[in-house]
Amino acid sequence: MAEAVLSISHLTKRFDDQTILEDLSLEVREGEVVVIVGSSGCGKSTLLRCINALEDIQGGEIRLRGDLISHNRKNLPELRQKIGMVFQNYELFPHLTVLENILLAPVKTQKRSRQNVREEALALLERVGLKEKADSWPRQLSGGQKQRVAIVRALIMHPEILLFDEVTAALDPEMVREVLDVIVNLADQGKTMIIVTHEMSFARAVADRIILLEDRRILEESDPETFFTAPKTEQAKKFLRTFEFNRKNKAEA
Amino acid sequence: MPDLGLEVLWKGKNFVRLLGGLWVALRISLIAAGISVVLGILLGVAASRKRSVSSVVLRVWLGIIHIMPQMVLLFLMYFGTTRLFSWNLSGEVAAVIVFSLWGTAEMGDLVRGAVSSIPAIQRESAEALGLKPAQVYRWIILPQAVRRLIPQSINLITRMIKTTSLVTLIGVVEILKVAQQIIEANRKASPNAAFGVYLAIFVMYYLACRPLSLAAKKLEKHWR
Repeated sequence: MAEAVLSISHLTKRFDDQTILEDLSLEVREGEVVVIVGSSGCGKSTLLRCINALEDIQGGEIRLRGDLISHNRKNLPELRQKIGMVFQNYELFPHLTVLENILLAPVKTQKRSRQNVREEALALLERVGLKEKADSWPRQLSGGQKQRVAIVRALIMHPEILLFDEVTAALDPEMVREVLDVIVNLADQGKTMIIVTHEMSFARAVADRIILLEDRRILEESDPETFFTAPKTEQAKKFLRTFEFNRKNKAEA
Repeated sequence: MPDLGLEVLWKGKNFVRLLGGLWVALRISLIAAGISVVLGILLGVAASRKRSVSSVVLRVWLGIIHIMPQMVLLFLMYFGTTRLFSWNLSGEVAAVIVFSLWGTAEMGDLVRGAVSSIPAIQRESAEALGLKPAQVYRWIILPQAVRRLIPQSINLITRMIKTTSLVTLIGVVEILKVAQQIIEANRKASPNAAFGVYLAIFVMYYLACRPLSLAAKKLEKHWR
């Protein structure tokens, strides 16, 4: 079995007196694609933000290849360089061109030569079909294009693990595909990823392992076929049914 | 057509003297503006953290500056502190200090507002890329904040230039003082000199401030 890239043990996260995640443990192995699903507000996004230390945690620990991820450690910026994160609303930097958005972090934090990174950035942009947009401004791009740029911006850091936080939730339906295709492509290349999504068919296609987060903890954990065809718990069945119901509703509307 | 009293301007070195006075006014306001921008950015960034000591300092400081007429501050600095601490301040230095106190407070508040208006997730996405806090400010927060700041800070600087007209009251010979001297000296020969000279001052102030607002417009367009 491949080595664990990320290990979360006994993680507890509270906002004031509200417990979001409780005693949650999870390991992600090299090359694995873990998809996290669950109803809104179940703490999926919070979990991803904890992994990146964008949230402080009240219990447990998170390690990236053995290194503790913590606000109290000086090496947090270096660890974050190894954790690529893509946000729901892209969060490109509006005052920088597409290319500058991508170059900023590797040049400033990894001290790589601008020329080399530039070549790599253009190659990556070409791979996601946006080479001609290198000198555009974020505001000139569609949502799907912005999200693909955001993925490139994360990839150029050569992260050990990629976190995707509902990256298609803000997109118009016709743009969802172009973003998901890029992610499936990354999975094919063997990238280690944790994906939070509401796109169930995508989850089924891309995941090595599906995790259902409910009631502050991991309720069910299985391979995608089992999860979608033979969910073990009543709540998982209910969750999947809710989804179907929503879809029918949407189709009628 | 009535005598506009413009001929006074061409007498002797009057015009050059007026320009010299304008330069004194501009020098005071531009030095103070430079100090205010630098200190204001530092103070504003520090004060943008909620519940920080700096945010309280800024609030109190701003409160005092807002209540006090600039003239009182000038008098306090020039007549008051020189007596109290028995130090020697030229009128011009006193003016630069007062204008910097004023400008730093207002600039600090503008910076604080602009920095706070940048969505938290912009900072987070920069941190997620592994940028250190100082780098996040330098490359992500400040460039975006500065873009939002330009109109109001240009407004502040032009207000400073205009307010230099008060420093004549602490004995600085700036453009208004020169104007009064010229008008006084020519009271007999050109009784209408007041109109001509003040008209010239109006034009000079306009020409001094106009490029600033043009530059601001250009920057805004460039960064749109």
